Amino acid sequence: MSKHSYAQSIRLAIADSMRNDESVICYGLGVTDPKGVFGTTLNLHKEFGDERVFDMPTSENAMTGIGVGASIMGYKVLMTHQRLDFFLLGLDQLVNSAAKIRYMYGGEINCPITIRLIIGRGWGQGPTHSQNLQAWFAHIPGLKVVMPTFPSDAYNLLRASIQDPDPVIFLEHRWLHNTKDIEPDLSQSISIGSSRCCKNGVDYTLITTSYLTLEGLKAARYLEFKYNLSVEVIDLVSIKPIDYQAIKASAEKTRRICVADTGFSICSIASEIISFIVSDSAVKLKSNPIKLTMPDCPEPTSYGLTKGFYIRAGDIAMAILDSMNIDYNDVFTDIPEPVPHDIPGDWFDGPF
Amino acid sequence: MNIYHQMLRIRLVEERIAEAYKFGKMRCPTHLSIGQEAIPSVLSTILSKQDCAVSTHRCHAHYLAKGGNLDKMIAELYGKESGCSAGRGGSMHLIDRHVGFMGSSAIVANSIPLGTGIGLAMKLGKREDISVVYLGEGATEEGAFYESLNFAALKNLSVLYICENNMYSVYSPLSVRQASSRSNCVIAKGLGLKVAKSIDSDCVLSIYSEMKKVVERMRLGSGPAYLEFKTYRWREHCGPNFDNHIGYREENEFLEWQRRDPLRKVRLKLEGHYRDFLAYEIELVEEINKEINIAFEFADKSPFPRKEDIQQNIFGAGSLGSFT
Repeated sequence: MSKHSYAQSIRLAIADSMRNDESVICYGLGVTDPKGVFGTTLNLHKEFGDERVFDMPTSENAMTGIGVGASIMGYKVLMTHQRLDFFLLGLDQLVNSAAKIRYMYGGEINCPITIRLIIGRGWGQGPTHSQNLQAWFAHIPGLKVVMPTFPSDAYNLLRASIQDPDPVIFLEHRWLHNTKDIEPDLSQSISIGSSRCCKNGVDYTLITTSYLTLEGLKAARYLEFKYNLSVEVIDLVSIKPIDYQAIKASAEKTRRICVADTGFSICSIASEIISFIVSDSAVKLKSNPIKLTMPDCPEPTSYGLTKGFYIRAGDIAMAILDSMNIDYNDVFTDIPEPVPHDIPGDWFDGPF
Repeated sequence: MNIYHQMLRIRLVEERIAEAYKFGKMRCPTHLSIGQEAIPSVLSTILSKQDCAVSTHRCHAHYLAKGGNLDKMIAELYGKESGCSAGRGGSMHLIDRHVGFMGSSAIVANSIPLGTGIGLAMKLGKREDISVVYLGEGATEEGAFYESLNFAALKNLSVLYICENNMYSVYSPLSVRQASSRSNCVIAKGLGLKVAKSIDSDCVLSIYSEMKKVVERMRLGSGPAYLEFKTYRWREHCGPNFDNHIGYREENEFLEWQRRDPLRKVRLKLEGHYRDFLAYEIELVEEINKEINIAFEFADKSPFPRKEDIQQNIFGAGSLGSFT
């Protein structure tokens, strides 16, 4: 599994699901085109046929509802959007149909739909091609939300999502698509609702989401190497339900938490986690909890403005050191933001 | 005769709901179908249980005509656990999947894509059954309408869009919502539907023959169809009362439509045709009223859902399992 990239793992998960279960169908804008949504759906229609794998009209609202309608009749629907931002037109169907169907009909019908949403970022994607709105989706009762970081987790969770009898929002960060062979020990596969502890530690709990898990691990390794700090890195993975148990256990152990969330600041998942920890009297923090998110500002397009805009390993390391009153002056020379900053980094080897 | 039975039953049920509403036991917004019984009643004689239908906030007639369970409907209005949606949905979210009534939406046009998706499922399953989407003319103003019809035409789905144009969207008349030069049938054809007709709703038998033709062809794969009917909602948009004096429409207009009551027209026709009709009708009314009494009794005696069960059915049981 680890020899495949994240994008290849997504494609494998879809293909394996469709091969094992005839009721799975897959559609989205560009799903059957020569690029196959960054390779994630490439040529699936050739193996599974045009009825099960198809491109769609530019009608995000109705196409979501059509997916819901097919799913209540027993089809497992996988819908893909090349950017999360495009999907916003479908929110009525997501919130008022998909999320509510099982509940408001007293369990008579259910809605096994999975919606893959790709988070853009980089190369001037700008304000409407990069949003990370996991907090919106997590807020709605009846939706499950996952944001796997590693290829194996992406494979297992997409398969689980497709088989899940309820609606699942599956968030893929574009900067993870070409990553390979960088996961920690993933012999233990996780399910929807579980977080993943990527690195054990005793001095600090760093909770991360999606791409920020990679930045977080970079920061944690740096802090260990240079400052002898033992940082525990927990990849949240499941945004809804949140693995509160694991977070609490770690916070009780380290008594210091930092949450690195890819979303905007206000009403973020980071806010939710910090509120949860602080409200629990059993956890006695030694320092103020840290919330690292995007500012309350649309993501700019210009190279000049995106420089330093996003949370990087250096920002995480600095925030942790600062909270412990440790001098952090070398951090930005030791682990600077890569140049150019608007592409995923050393492991990036493909076009946007 | 069957059509009449259906229409009469719906009329009597709805009128009983209107009468009983004041006792405060049906504590949810209720949009009555009084005056609009004809179209679903006709369709009920053409559809089977394997055909599916979805509807709007004004779904009682559609639900009953499809064969939806009356006891469970009244219990749902009462908010009881024995309701068709276990008390969680209310009047606007009725369901009876055993007869193919797959739900109704409280958001205008929200069920149009759902019914279209059911049509997709019919195609994937290679079924000869059809998917009926009931909608009001207000829903034709929503983007979801265009998007759904476009997809249905593209994929040649067996979806029958039935538009009941009752000319008002709550208090807003057609004149503030749609240009007078607009035609939904032209729109439907423009989106690619081969069949899009406006049908004179005055004669129940001509509605029947048109619908039967369309449905039969659809089962053979002729693709989606849009049928539009003019009808009239007798009572207020939401609730049991008449509101012809508050200013958004005229009493005269209501009286004119009441005079053209399809139920009365069918009754007159049947009286003319069958000598014993009046006697039969008395029996029928008695039988239906008995059924209605039983349903209300059932609803009244049923318990409310338990507080402890409030989180039930947000997700399915055991659905947080892993794949591996």
